[in-house]
Amino acid sequence: MATVTEKVDRATATHPDVSSYTEVNTDILAMLSRPGKWWWILFGLSVAGIGLLAFSWGNQLINGIGLSGLNTPVGWGAYITTFVFWVGIAHSGTLISAILFLFRARWRQSIYRAAEAMTVFAVMTAGLYPLIHLGRAWHAYWLFPYANQRMLWPNFRSPLVWDVFAVTTYFTVSSLFFLLGLIPDIAAARDQSRPGTLRQKFYTLTAFGWRGTDRQWHHFGKAYLFLAALATPLVLSVHSVVSWDFAMSIVPGWHATIFAPYFVAGAIFSGVAMVITLMVPIRKIFGLEKYLTVRHFDAMAKLILVTGLIVFYAYLNEFFMAWYSGEDPERRVFWERLFGHYWWATWIMLICNGLIPIMLWFKRVRHSIAALFVLTIFINIGMWFERYVIIVTSLSTEFIPFAWGIYRPSVTEMGIVIGTFGWFFFWFLLFIRLLPPVALAEIKEVLPPPMRPKPRQEVPR
Amino acid sequence: MSTANRGVLASYEYLDATVDAIKELRKEGFEEITAFAPFPEHHIEHALGYTNSPIRIFTLVGGLTGMATGLSFTVFTAMDWPLVVGGKPILSIPAFVIPTFEMTILFGALFTVVGVFWNMRIPDIRAQVVYDPEFSGGRFGVYVTAPADRLGQARTILESQGPARLQEDEEGAAHG
Repeated sequence: MATVTEKVDRATATHPDVSSYTEVNTDILAMLSRPGKWWWILFGLSVAGIGLLAFSWGNQLINGIGLSGLNTPVGWGAYITTFVFWVGIAHSGTLISAILFLFRARWRQSIYRAAEAMTVFAVMTAGLYPLIHLGRAWHAYWLFPYANQRMLWPNFRSPLVWDVFAVTTYFTVSSLFFLLGLIPDIAAARDQSRPGTLRQKFYTLTAFGWRGTDRQWHHFGKAYLFLAALATPLVLSVHSVVSWDFAMSIVPGWHATIFAPYFVAGAIFSGVAMVITLMVPIRKIFGLEKYLTVRHFDAMAKLILVTGLIVFYAYLNEFFMAWYSGEDPERRVFWERLFGHYWWATWIMLICNGLIPIMLWFKRVRHSIAALFVLTIFINIGMWFERYVIIVTSLSTEFIPFAWGIYRPSVTEMGIVIGTFGWFFFWFLLFIRLLPPVALAEIKEVLPPPMRPKPRQEVPR
Repeated sequence: MSTANRGVLASYEYLDATVDAIKELRKEGFEEITAFAPFPEHHIEHALGYTNSPIRIFTLVGGLTGMATGLSFTVFTAMDWPLVVGGKPILSIPAFVIPTFEMTILFGALFTVVGVFWNMRIPDIRAQVVYDPEFSGGRFGVYVTAPADRLGQARTILESQGPARLQEDEEGAAHG
């Protein structure tokens, strides 16, 4: 009886070396039990990073924001730069999990779980920066829209209030999306862990009693589709809103309509680069070559290439528009960017984000994991400096020459910026030890389904 | 009626065997069928005759609630203390669209998650009577409940597809 006729062509090419469903479980769930030496080394470094963050931030909380280099005229510096950097990193996770899901991109399955986790932890990291930048972090609840004691409400025309809405919504929705997708895979971890262990109890609680019935899968699939459909416009809106923090003001170098698409493209560009930077060591340490094939990296590299071209176009467009506007302050800011005090930051940005990604036109580069790893680190550095250039150069030379000034990040700021990388990797490393870091169910979905062995029919040769 | 029911659970290695078992059971008039799978398998859904899920209602209602909340909140707070800021109108609708949009997405997502938990009947972490740990690994399952006199027939149908494992369930309640 051949009632199920669909054949192997579904995606054999995606994971040609994976032969059965149980093999997927064995391979991926093994990651949860054997951390290995490298995991402990990286985890130790992250904990040290958190220590640095706690020390630097604690010092700043006790002694005041004067410990940072922020002053008139540059009131936004390394903190806001790194905030935008991490919000940008977050975006590719949602791109891979939601947008590519809607586009039915077959290559997303093995990377999307880790990318989604990266999104959640990157927003958690970004979320620290408004608190750090506040100085008096204990007043952080002032950010939320409620009336003060004289019943005066916040001003909803302000992009900073929009930002609160955008970032908190983004954090909530991406966490829900991430946790919902995890439920069936946690159930798999539950079924495979030894009874009575702490792990088994943890997975029993967090799997919520998932059994994989037709009814559960049916509703799950629909909910996943709707969440993806909601997350797609959300992800585009969040970095647009972040860009409007700048573009809605009249500061030269910020007041441009291209900012929203420019920032969204930059976010995806840096985020996909970060996914590669994270996945290359994971693939190596946990031996996931079967699941993360060259094909996956090639697809991500193409995504970087496309968004990189958009970003580079936006750079050139900004310079052109500054010249074409005929506005003196606008022209001067862009001249100062290239040849002024911060020339080095601008040239790092142009070289890392504009020139280095050109190498991705070559298939040999896209197919070399080592080359991609190095290249994406350059892109991450370049994208941090992009935000630094936008924020600092514009603020340091605004309209009145009398008010110009130079900003230099202080040791406290550098400690906090480096420390939050530890914070991010702390959560990410815990995640790959505690929760299935590759989506088991979705990999199984693209494997050829097991069919009854055919009654023997000898083919004459 | 359902108290007199008993159940039988079969685990299969092969997808086509699972689908055939479900189709055969439905042809013979068994309706209380629960299928298990390690991933969303649309052949099984077709065999069980699924169409739409009520989740979409939750998403729609959530989105509309969020939109109404966001818009009324921004409009109300602007009207509550009319203060001209930056020469903009008191009701700066284009600016209010952004919080409204974010609230639409937020409520839509929250309602979707509530809806999916409600419809999937979870959280439910009690000991699972009808289950095989292999269902999250590589096996498919078919569970059917029937009155005691028809159970033998259901069992024969399930057995004819060559199950890897067959379990009888004394309680026979509709667990799915």
